[in-house]
Amino acid sequence: MKKIVVRFCGDSGDGMQLTGNLFSSLSAILGHEISTLPDFPAEIRAPQGTLGGVSGFQLQLGSDVYTPGDKADVIVAMNAAALKVCTLGKHYHDHAIVIVDTDAFTDKDLEKAQYKTDNPFMELGIPETVQIVPVALTTLTKEALKDSGLDNKSMLKSRNMFAFGLICWLFDQPMDEAIHLLEDKFKKKPALIAPNTKVMVDGYNYGQNLALSINQIRLESSVEKNQKAGYYTSIAGNKATAWGLIAAAEKSGKRLFLGSYPITPATDIMHELAARKDVNVMVVQAEDEIAGVCTAIGAAFAGDLACTSTSGPGLSLKSEAIGLAVMAELPLVVIDVQRGGPSTGLPTKTEQTDLMQAIYGRNGECPAVVIAASTSANCFDFAYEACKLALENMTPVILMTDTYLANGTSLWRVPKLAELPVITPQSVPEELKGHYNPALRDERGVRYWAFPGMEGFEHRNIGLERDAEKGTISTNPENHERMVQARKAKIAQVVNQIPDLRVQGNASSDTILVGWGSTEGHLHAAADELNCALAQFNYIHPLPRNTREVLSQYKRLIVCELNTGQFAAYLRSQFPELPIEQYNETQGQPFAVERIVKYASK
Amino acid sequence: MQASDFKSDQYVRFCPGCGDHAICMALQKAMAQIGIPTHQVAVISGIGCSSRMPHYLNTYGFNTIHGRGGAIATGVKTSHPELTVWQMSGDGDCLAIGGNHFIHEIRRNVDLNVCMFNNRIYGLTKGQYSPTSPKGFVSKSSPFGTVERPFIPAELVLGARGTFFARTLDVDVPTTVDCLVAAQQHKGASIVECLVNCVIFNNGTHAWIADREQRAEHSIILKHGEKMLFGANNDKGLAVEIDPKTFVPRIIVVAADDPRVLVHDAHQQDPTLHRLLALMGQEDHDLPVALGVIRNVEAETYDEAVNKQIADVRANAKAKTFDELTATLETVYKE
Repeated sequence: MKKIVVRFCGDSGDGMQLTGNLFSSLSAILGHEISTLPDFPAEIRAPQGTLGGVSGFQLQLGSDVYTPGDKADVIVAMNAAALKVCTLGKHYHDHAIVIVDTDAFTDKDLEKAQYKTDNPFMELGIPETVQIVPVALTTLTKEALKDSGLDNKSMLKSRNMFAFGLICWLFDQPMDEAIHLLEDKFKKKPALIAPNTKVMVDGYNYGQNLALSINQIRLESSVEKNQKAGYYTSIAGNKATAWGLIAAAEKSGKRLFLGSYPITPATDIMHELAARKDVNVMVVQAEDEIAGVCTAIGAAFAGDLACTSTSGPGLSLKSEAIGLAVMAELPLVVIDVQRGGPSTGLPTKTEQTDLMQAIYGRNGECPAVVIAASTSANCFDFAYEACKLALENMTPVILMTDTYLANGTSLWRVPKLAELPVITPQSVPEELKGHYNPALRDERGVRYWAFPGMEGFEHRNIGLERDAEKGTISTNPENHERMVQARKAKIAQVVNQIPDLRVQGNASSDTILVGWGSTEGHLHAAADELNCALAQFNYIHPLPRNTREVLSQYKRLIVCELNTGQFAAYLRSQFPELPIEQYNETQGQPFAVERIVKYASK
Repeated sequence: MQASDFKSDQYVRFCPGCGDHAICMALQKAMAQIGIPTHQVAVISGIGCSSRMPHYLNTYGFNTIHGRGGAIATGVKTSHPELTVWQMSGDGDCLAIGGNHFIHEIRRNVDLNVCMFNNRIYGLTKGQYSPTSPKGFVSKSSPFGTVERPFIPAELVLGARGTFFARTLDVDVPTTVDCLVAAQQHKGASIVECLVNCVIFNNGTHAWIADREQRAEHSIILKHGEKMLFGANNDKGLAVEIDPKTFVPRIIVVAADDPRVLVHDAHQQDPTLHRLLALMGQEDHDLPVALGVIRNVEAETYDEAVNKQIADVRANAKAKTFDELTATLETVYKE
């Protein structure tokens, strides 16, 4: 077997995210490719045992893994509500293995999960082809811990570890690596290591000794053809983003400054960076979104690598200040971890609906660079790239990720700083000392960066229009037009620094799927099935130089997006001659490969 | 250094007769007196008449967007605490659109010197009432008079746990210079309320104390360690009296030789008396308006604390570089 999809689901308090993350890390360490999809309710703690409180974690592991999978092959359902949510949500195949905790199907559990009969399996109409594996998880966990001296409540908290152990057995994953991971996970709470390890190992042995009526699943170890040799680990998108910023700061010789305000699903970037004082990161948790970006602009004015992290509502609030950074021509990295909108919308769900806001959502002619990451792991690369483009072009760069990338994990090849591209901030040449002004540009049209503390470069920067020669306030009509063009040209020349668009899949097909950002995995898998081409954009504004040349080769262009057609509209505005067709979903969930295939097969 | 060292080459575009001219001059004098070189000074402003100030100072300057000067200045100072950072703002920029940043820079005690120009009007947008316009004030946006209660800036500063508050008057340049120098010397958020006249849209708003003949009777310049005396002949003093029934303290005017005359203690941590003094003459005119440094106490600054925490963590950190950090990850080697 090449790849398989597993879904852990249970109550919010059952530790499903932890279990999923541990299993992902273990799978990555064992050399599998992974892609994960945490799917949790917005409520911190919904009433226990209810449908609203079900938390899920899906992952695909193996080789040629591009997505967390449309449907699971193996399900662990920790209670009756979880089974119901998974079944009604069509989260698993007709031939799936469904492991259920039989202790969590009491009358009371069934009532809380709003079953009408006392036979949940019949009531849900689960087909006979599905293999139900009943395990008395709760009883077995208590049994495992009977000598631990823990109280009943504490014992029950380890149920997820029994399930984890059992899944490890199912996939024939070695216990010693799992124990090592657990020790690392609980290193700050050492008292928890022993009981959790005991339960996990008992779960594993339960599978082994009782020879459950299911066969172990052996995955071919994945040696990816295009993969570079090196050290690999699993990483979530938000952490990868944070580390990309850290790497760029060190490479550029600038101190990293993050001004931010808590907002789902971006906050983990701030959490990670706030914990990284060891590598000299400064984080200001500001009083609001506006202050988040404004403190960053202050730090950029003062010569730091300045960033702000947010989600859609925060991007709206930051619009005016991003315009200031465009006008003042300061380097600034804005990370937008998109979520379902508009307004407060679906804070924990994924969507690609901020694209137009990122490209155009500011007053005036206000061009900025917009790029998008397309896997959890390459959030690192594009965060790094955002910093590089900002520092070298004296401009705000908006990096688009989303809930799916941010919370999901994928396999990441850990780079060394030395192998990352050089970053050369646009520092002012020493010979301009004494006659510097903030309008002076190099031959690319990029102005020079001088900041407080540098003797002989004192100047006044402004959000007002400035004179193209002297850098002082100007309301002259011709000057304004000249400056509008200068700012536009500065962003346009970034095209010289970005790679050409690369076609994936069957390039000679008549059909090409077109996407941007986080949909790459799903579109890649769909293109494979359809045997068609795929163009996935990471560079949105400016677009790669060969975009027209590539796209004009196809008879059928299907732009697939998790919005109502923002990138499609953008492409139409740039290339009106292209016959653009669009496929869109706005359900707060990633694409399902089968739906794209079905649509494109029409 | 000379005041001229701090003059930029820009033509000063405040209206003729505007109080901002005087503050600009006082700033240049104060900066020369402080003696910090121009390249180590950053002056941040938002939008409004007063926010033009950075253009007229030969330091680093950043004239930003409306209300956000406080947040941007916080970013400059926190990231680079070695710089001297000033913020130029007005009653609209600071107390209306920028109110949130204003109270939080004070709460955090960021080491900034904030000049808050209070002319009780929106001048640059040509005459709308501001958060400090008195109730009933008639303006273009309140043709029948405002129905709003105004802010008293000092009260807001103290409510946000401010460590420094001074008040000065455009026409009193020496007191302004003293206040600005004291603001720079104070570590933490130093708020200087500069009462300025808007000659075009709100002429005479501070006339009660600005008129030379009345000033001595209607204002008092507080100096730390000195008796609180005022009046044309310095014949009046201030004392505090506690109402025996309600226990509410209030300031009263007594004769200069009365033993109850207070001695000003700007360094007192308890803000009770500072508040009473700062509120004098704000809502009605029965007591003189306090000018000078009213409150000046020490507390840890945000910029210092943030940088210290980073230094402390780094001193004991195992991984201090990106490569050292990634080496702590659990990884697998793949050929």
